Amino acid sequence: MVVFEKTKGLTDAPLHYCPGCTHGIIHRLVAESLEELGVLDKTVGVASVGCSVFSYNYFNCDMIQAAHGRAPAVATGAKRAHPENVVFTYQGDGDLAAIGTAETVHSAARNENITVIFVNNAIYGMTGGQMAPTTLPNQVTQTSPYGRDVTVVGYPVKVCEMLSEVTGASYLERVAVNNVKNIRNAKRAIKHAFQNQIEGKGFSLIEVLSTCPTNWGLSPTEAIKWLDENMEKYYPLGVYKDKYKEEK
Amino acid sequence: MATTKILIAGFGGQGILFAGKALAYSGLKIGKEVAWLPSYGPEMRGGTANCSVTFSDEEIGSPIVDTPDVLIAMNLPSLEKYYDFTEKNGFVIFDSSLITKQDTRDDVTTVGIPATKMASDNSLNGLANMIILGKTLKITGILTLEQIKSSLSQMIPAKKAELLEKNIKAIELGYNY
Amino acid sequence: MSEKVLMKGNEALAEAAIMAGCRHYFGYPITPQTEVAAYMAKKMPKIGGTFLQAESEVAAINMVIGAASSGVRAMTSSSSPGISLKSEGISYLAGCELPALIVNVQRGGPGLGGIQPSQSDYFQATKGGGHGDYHLIVLAPASVQEMFDMAFKGFNLADKYRVPAMILADGTMGQMMEPVSLDANAVETYDKSWATVGTGKHEGRNIINSLSLSPKQLEDWNIDRYARYKIIEENEVMYEEYMTEDAEIVIVAFGIAARVSKNAIKEARRRGIKVGMLRPITLWPFPKKALNGLADKAKAFLSVELNMGQMADDVKLATNCKKPVYFYGRTGGVIMTPEEILGEIEKIEKGEAEQW
Repeated sequence: MVVFEKTKGLTDAPLHYCPGCTHGIIHRLVAESLEELGVLDKTVGVASVGCSVFSYNYFNCDMIQAAHGRAPAVATGAKRAHPENVVFTYQGDGDLAAIGTAETVHSAARNENITVIFVNNAIYGMTGGQMAPTTLPNQVTQTSPYGRDVTVVGYPVKVCEMLSEVTGASYLERVAVNNVKNIRNAKRAIKHAFQNQIEGKGFSLIEVLSTCPTNWGLSPTEAIKWLDENMEKYYPLGVYKDKYKEEK
Repeated sequence: MATTKILIAGFGGQGILFAGKALAYSGLKIGKEVAWLPSYGPEMRGGTANCSVTFSDEEIGSPIVDTPDVLIAMNLPSLEKYYDFTEKNGFVIFDSSLITKQDTRDDVTTVGIPATKMASDNSLNGLANMIILGKTLKITGILTLEQIKSSLSQMIPAKKAELLEKNIKAIELGYNY
Repeated sequence: MSEKVLMKGNEALAEAAIMAGCRHYFGYPITPQTEVAAYMAKKMPKIGGTFLQAESEVAAINMVIGAASSGVRAMTSSSSPGISLKSEGISYLAGCELPALIVNVQRGGPGLGGIQPSQSDYFQATKGGGHGDYHLIVLAPASVQEMFDMAFKGFNLADKYRVPAMILADGTMGQMMEPVSLDANAVETYDKSWATVGTGKHEGRNIINSLSLSPKQLEDWNIDRYARYKIIEENEVMYEEYMTEDAEIVIVAFGIAARVSKNAIKEARRRGIKVGMLRPITLWPFPKKALNGLADKAKAFLSVELNMGQMADDVKLATNCKKPVYFYGRTGGVIMTPEEILGEIEKIEKGEAEQW
């Protein structure tokens, strides 16, 4: 008989995320990866500011709660202090691609041996649905009520594409969690990113396209569909850089 | 004198700070309380540079020398800026190859030495600072020749023996001028 | 005691930090503290430590947070505008109860200001700077020897109380060379079982966090921390008294202003005016009791600062308005001369000075 067992990588604290939000899935993929790699007891996670701020309650490892955008710098300090530990950040799009752009780019440039989980749902969730650096052109949000006007506020930041030009970065992949196939693929990518760190291969970032039904104003199923039809087009899935694969 | 306040001033690149360090290091070696304070910032590269050195038999209060007992001026702006503030019965030593100066005060001892010219005549380019320092020691008696030579030999690493030799030669030239 | 060596304040401080066990330095260049970073860059790789030049002051302080969370002695150094940038992180250090050492080699402000010595970050250092209810332990060295000693003190106190410590120096302290004895001070070690080093190394899960959406819980955290601040105020005040025995006018000054004041005091005494000085070494905790005691015998207080009048407020509070408080300051990078202070003392004597 197969009995489903919850991963040991998550605590028993009930998640606070909205119905249909895919943070829960991504949490599980990260947690499972850490458990399967046998590194949970030497992992330090860095929570950011945004919906995932409380992730320090959920990941079953030591956690540090960082200021908005600063998670990669905090992770750098933690990793330099204890290089034998596995250190990861879990950040949203506002945190990583707006206020924390410098920390993101420079931790990649240093090829800091950390793993960055970047959840891109094209909106600021926690503050109630404002325009994010990854909000799509014409997408309506609380602070782009007439749709994102690129002539006024510019274009979305494509993080994997941008970082693929950063020499230091080791591994960059964009995945999504909108169907079973993509979820399995996301799991592989996340695990690979942690494996890289364990092997000392340096900076890995996995961008995960995610949904925000509440702030998108859609039902969970509609949100999945919206991700399929809009986000994947603008943010194509795939490996953007794999330094060690290229070198083979 | 319980406390001697020395101010070395000139252009950046004239070795102002190094001359000050040689003094401060020597002061330390002869058991004085010392303080060395440089001017800092962009002015160090090309503009004016100065350096305060204080010797004392007691704890030093302010390390800033505004009114020197000994002024070493290696350019005209420095001499003009600090001459009038030099303490009564103090000493002013200036580079006479760069500055023409009439004595306007009879309460200070003012001495010119063509340090820059002497340096170039003796293949000691860049060591006018040490030449003028040598003269300063001679007329003020704040250190003996042996004391400064001994300090320089400790400050300049052994692998730069040639540099040490030149510095000592420059000090002696100034001292005996 | 070992033979004294001639060293710049910034370098003496950096050497002391290393001797105190610091192996993680994160910084960003800014005048006039750059020698600290340069010294660390030279030394750290040779002793297996980390020197990292961050992309910004903001990143540097957050790297300190990461390293401090991991239980190691971590530090950063900067000068005034850079400390403003670090203030967010300093507030987080305080909120997360992390020990770390922050060095501010002050220059003139506000804004980009200048690069010459200043003490105009007194308010920022002692009253907050970052947001929220917190204090830093603030140490104000007045000699190269103290730059050296304060690095040990800063780390020891930070670890003891899980409170970030700041060394509030200025351009002269950083740039000046004086003889310094490089004898190691005591390196105190305190329990760091709270550090996030992986659950394999301790019981349960460790979380470094300053967030609570429960007002009651956040209030409790703050009350708990303020109870510790009270203990610090009772036990860790440091100051130097100079000729206060019979002083009618007591100068209150720290750092370079205290050094210049000493010259003025000597001259004033030659002229028959009884002047002394209380030099706070800890600016927080502030030597309130000592000043209050002096207020019972002195006639007046003169706060001498390289700013437009900041500590003068604390002098007034500490002396509880028992005696008049005066202020003399220069700012923007200008350093007062002993004669100027003397002039102010004479004005007070003649009743011509305006009270603060």
